[in-house]
Formats: sequence, C-alpha cells, structure tokens
Amino acid sequence: MATNSALQRRNKRAPGILQMVLSPVVSLLSALFQGVIYIIDFVMKPLQDRLGVRGMAYVFVLPNLLIFGIFILLPMLLNFYYAFTGGTQLFPQNRPFVGLDNLTTLFTCDNFLDPNSCRDDLFWRAVFNTLGYVTLQVGTMVVLSLITAMVLNAKIVARGFFRSVFFYPVLLSPVVVALIWKWILQQNGLLNGLLVSLGGESVSFLTNAAWAQTWVIVISVWAQMGFFTLILLAGLQSIPGEYYEAAAIDGASRWQSFRSVTLPLLMPTMLVVLVLALIRAVQVFDQVFPFTGGGPGTATQYMVQYIYQTGFANQTKEYGLAAAASLVMAMFLLILTTLQLRLGRSSDAA
Amino acid sequence: MKRFVVFFALALMLVGVLAVHAQDPVELRITWYDDGNEGTVLRDILDRFEAENPDIRVVVDTVAYNTILEQLPLQVEAGEGPDMARVTNFDAFKGFYLDLRSYLEDTDYWEASFAPAVLAALRSGEDDADALYGFPNQFTVTGPYINRTLFEQAGIDVPSDSMDAVTWEEWTDAAKQVAEATGTQYAIAMDRSGHRFAGPAFSEGAILFADDGSVTIDTPGFRTMAELFVQWHTEGITPAEVWIGSGGSYAAAADYFINGQLVMYMAGSWQIGRFANDIGDAFDWEAVPNPSGPGGSTGMPGGTMMVAFAETEHPAEVARVMDYLVQVDNLKEFTERTLFIPAHLGLGELNFQTDVVAAQNALNVFAAEVPKLSDQAYELQFGGKAFAINNPIRDRLTQVLTGELSLEDALARAQQDVDDALAAASQ
Repeated sequence: MATNSALQRRNKRAPGILQMVLSPVVSLLSALFQGVIYIIDFVMKPLQDRLGVRGMAYVFVLPNLLIFGIFILLPMLLNFYYAFTGGTQLFPQNRPFVGLDNLTTLFTCDNFLDPNSCRDDLFWRAVFNTLGYVTLQVGTMVVLSLITAMVLNAKIVARGFFRSVFFYPVLLSPVVVALIWKWILQQNGLLNGLLVSLGGESVSFLTNAAWAQTWVIVISVWAQMGFFTLILLAGLQSIPGEYYEAAAIDGASRWQSFRSVTLPLLMPTMLVVLVLALIRAVQVFDQVFPFTGGGPGTATQYMVQYIYQTGFANQTKEYGLAAAASLVMAMFLLILTTLQLRLGRSSDAA
Repeated sequence: MKRFVVFFALALMLVGVLAVHAQDPVELRITWYDDGNEGTVLRDILDRFEAENPDIRVVVDTVAYNTILEQLPLQVEAGEGPDMARVTNFDAFKGFYLDLRSYLEDTDYWEASFAPAVLAALRSGEDDADALYGFPNQFTVTGPYINRTLFEQAGIDVPSDSMDAVTWEEWTDAAKQVAEATGTQYAIAMDRSGHRFAGPAFSEGAILFADDGSVTIDTPGFRTMAELFVQWHTEGITPAEVWIGSGGSYAAAADYFINGQLVMYMAGSWQIGRFANDIGDAFDWEAVPNPSGPGGSTGMPGGTMMVAFAETEHPAEVARVMDYLVQVDNLKEFTERTLFIPAHLGLGELNFQTDVVAAQNALNVFAAEVPKLSDQAYELQFGGKAFAINNPIRDRLTQVLTGELSLEDALARAQQDVDDALAAASQ
C-alpha cells in the first residue's frame, strides 16, 4: 500500500515525457523476456514430458558436466594415457605404448635420498626442492599469518588500514611480484645498490642456491600471507567474547587464554589454512619461474616446473615422462586432499 | 511482383557481401624475432610486396627469441602455427614444413642460391631430399668481441694484434689483466647457450661426432674448455647471472659488453647491428678471430631460416611471399641494412649501411671466420642432432657451476641426456 502511494507521488513529480520514453522500453523488455521464456518453455516442456521431473535434474546439470568433462576429466584421462606412451609426438594416436617405462625411469634410484644416484636426477631434485619449500614456506606462512591475524584482531590504531596493507599483495599478479622482486634482488639490483652505497659488498641473492631458495620462500609468504591471514581473522572473530571473559574471571593469563581458548577454537580454521597452503605450495610455479627460472642450477626447480620443462620447454619434448611425473604429483595432492576431507569431517563431528 | 522485388534486393545484397569478401586480401602471418633492426627492414620489404600484391596482407608477429625455441614448436605441431616463421631450431619443425616446389616458378634459382647443406638442414631424410621448405636469410658465425678501449686504458696489447694464433687461455689471462687494471667489473663472458660453448670446445679439440655418427660428449678437448669455463666462474671474472642466474633458458651477456662492464664477450656476428646501434663509437669495440687450440680456430656456423608451414590454408600465397623475399634485391637490402653475413651465394658486392667503422670491420672479421669453421661444427649445426646436444651441454655445465654436480658427473649426465633425447626422437 505504501509502495503504491509512493509510486503515485513519484508519478505526480515526473509526469509525461519520462513515462512516454520508459513505457515502450519496459514493454519491449517485457516482450523480449516473455519471448525468451517462451523459447525455453518450448524446448523444456517436451523434454520434461519425456524425462519426467526427476530426469530434468540431469538436464540442468548437463552444461556443467560437459565443461567438467571437456576441461578436467578428458585432460586427466589423456594425462593418464600419455604417461604410458613414449616418443616426442604430440598427438596420442602417434605415440607408441611403452607400458611402465616412464614410471620406471622416474623411480630408478640406487638411493632415493641422493638425486645423483637416480636415473632421472632432475625429477628427484625437483621432489626434494618441493618438499623443502613446502615444509618451510607453509610452516612460516601459517605461523606468521596467525600472529598477523591476532594483531589485526586486537584493538590497534588504524586497524582497517593495516588489514588492507597485509591483503594488498594478494591482489598482485604472481608474475608482477616475481619481476619486481627480481629487479630488487639481482646482482645490479636495488638492494645490492643500496648495500654498496652504504659501503657494503653486493650479495649474490639470485646466483647462490641458499639465498635464492630463501628469497623464493620470503616472497611467496609475502605475496600469499594476506589471504590466509584473512581466513584466520574470520576464525578469530567467530570466537565468542564470553569465553575470554570466563577465562579472565578464572584468572587466566594472556598466554593461558590463547592456549586454552583461542587455539582449540581456531583449530578447524587452522586446519583449513594448513591444507590449503600445503596444496598451493606443492603446485608452486607461476611466481618462481619468472623470478629465478628454477635456478641457480636447479636449486629452485620444483615439481611443476620439472613437468613443464620436460613436456614443453625442452627441445626434446618428452610428454610421456612429464605425464608420469604429473601422475606422481596428483597422487601426492590426492593424499593431501583426502587428509583435508578427513580432518574437516572429524572437526565437524567434534 | 512484390515478392520478386524483395528476392531481387536480397540477391543483390548477397552478391554485394560476397563481392566485398572476395576483395578482402588473404592474410598471412609470420612469427618473427629480432636481434636488432631486422623486423623494421622486413616490414619495409613486405610493404613493397603488399603494394605490388594487393590480394595479400602479411602480418608480422614479433616475439621473444625464447618463444621461437619453446612455444612455436608446440603451436606448429598442434596445427595452430603461423604461415611462416623465422627459426633457428630447424630440427624442431621437421615434418611440418611446407614444400614450396610446386608453387615456385624457378626452383633452380633457389637451389643455386644457397649452400646445399643449409637447405638440407630443413629436410628429414631421403623421402624429402629435394624439398624446398625455406631459405636462410642470415648466416652467422660465433666469435668473440673485445673492448679495445679498455685494453688501451690498461696499457696491455691486444693478443691478436701480434699473434696469429691466440689460445682461449691466453685471451682469458689478457682479459683478466685488463679488467684488473681498469677496474672493469668482468673480464670475459659467453652467452648461455650450448651452441656458443661448442665452438670454443671444438677449438680445444673436442670431437663430438665419430665417423659412424655416434655422439660422445666427454672428450679431452671438451673437458679442457669446460674446466676453463668453470674457472671463469670460480675466479669471479665472468657475470654469474648469465649462466647461473637464468634458470633453464638462453641468456645473452650483450648488455654487460654494451655497458662497458666486460672486456671480452663470446657471442657472434648477429650482434654487430645491435652494437653499431647501442655502442656506436662510445668506445672502440671490435670482433677478433676465434681463439686457436688443438682443434683449430673455429666458431659455430648458424643463422636463421625463413620457413613455411604445411598447415597454412594459403600455400600458393605463402610461396609468393617467400619467393619475393628470396629475390636478390630484397635479400641484398635485408643483408645490407641488418649488417648480417649473407647466406645467399650471389648477392655480389655489398654496401653495408652503417657509418660505424667498427661494424664494417667486424663484418670482415666474421666473414674471414667462415672458411675456418670445422667439419664438427657444421655437423653439429646442420647434422640434425643439435636439438639433442646443445641444451644438455648448457644445463649440465650450469649444474657444475652451482656445485650440484662434479664435472665428471655432469659430462656423464649430458651424455645420458643426449642418448635419451635421440632415443625418444627415434620412437
């Protein structure tokens, strides 16, 4: 009723011309809409008559299923097929079947802890580099994200500003991040220029393996931390204040309050963060490749880059070997995802 | 009557649309990369071609050199490649080239204008022994450049001024002394490329190819050069970022030389144009003969080829463009303006278009290097196995420089990589 009277008042204020212009447009849109509905109805009604209401569910799922099938399932099946073929031909029909040869090449090692003893030393270097990166990067990032989230959750000056500042790097393209840091860290870069101007000596940040590995971790933590901080911040804000009040009444110190209230209640969120960070770390490539190219030597060459190099960048394109390495990586990611699902379920049950 | 008029009008419209489309020129695409001003010169020549052939429009897509090496082979194999391209990795496209013979008016001219071994580098074997897939628009020779001004400032004689044969070891010592005396950041550098390393290795006596065609990486000559190269890095007289800091890609050290931070630079004739433009006469730079050793004084031959791909929808038009570019006047203009060594055998006297005396001299020095190129060098470049050899040499040597592998292990790994690549390619 109130709406009608408001419309009447508006009509009194905007008579004539506006109504004359809008009326045909509205009519046209309405006709178009009805036309579309008619076409959909024309197609769907016979389908529903034929398939029944239950069957229509599959019709609605079909577009998504097609996209999934073409862009995810088919490449997965092709990857599986390629892993058991050899040669350098691109198209599946031209590739000879070689059975388990590619996997055998990857897993032939005298000592699995020494890449130099392996048939494909580059694969195992990539595996160990990835394991080292995942351990250090995820550990550092989760701890720093938690600390940052707690600071940003406290009543500090310019809290909104600092929340934006920490989240800003997440918005940057990984390639942009890599190039900016490369300019800063290269031999004649900004940081070395600063060091030399202060009387120091330039440091081989990108040509020394230890330095390069360290900077790769530092930069990826810097670039991704905001995302995980945001998730943890949301987790912290979902903890009811009454718990802290009760703990304070019981005489709990800050540390006791953190250990007995914050940490247990934040644990489900922490697990999500941990598993997401792990999966992302295993897939590291886009930021590191333009930053170090995998160097110096193979010090920052991780599994995805090994797959890319073997399958696409080398002059001899060994798609089979690359596909076999992809399978190995997929198994690893599958384990992590299963872990995430199980932890999710157990935390839900708790 | 009304129906007839409507039908007639519609028919007229259809004819009009078809006529408009019929006048649309055929669009051809060339994937191209630049070392210097080649793209500009090519465009000028193509503009003339388009003026004379209004039914064809040629679009040049200029990309980074690494795109030619890494992405173009995939594009072409997937059937998504351009109509033509400028390539250096001839082996990567074998089986995908367009045989131009049936579209060319004068195939004899093509055959007579270029060295048979160069045209054969695009062919796969006996089945296509006479095919014409493209033409070389540039011949290159690898060799070193020096910054003579730094030698003069240091008061040290340029070794090649007084000696006919200077070894790599002697050049290294001289460059090191100059760098120390003048406070120059680096003494010596080489592009990150197996192709670049191969010339010096051959000079030191490396024998990659046996008579039966088998490949052996670990020979005394190869080791000698590899040890010297490692020494450059351990002594810190070469910019580590070129080989160690470039991941798995090709990298040039040209910027260090252009900026006066380098005494001696192992590159090749394709840099002349860039140096003429970017250095000019800012300091005295020159090309010097390839250093000598037990294997002679050899660089590596090379060059770029203009090739056509079989997937093109317009083979006849592609052949017309190629035939235009290959004509003497156009190749002569391309060579004179880009300051390249010509691959065409009949261009006559060339008038290189540069006021920079150093560029003229460098062209003469590199031209004099051509007869000295060894059989091993030709075999590596045009024998069909470069794709399997160059990158393993580059990447495994890098692992020695970073301490990941001993030289012994690196040579064994390089051999394994070469064997694997050749085996995979033969499957």
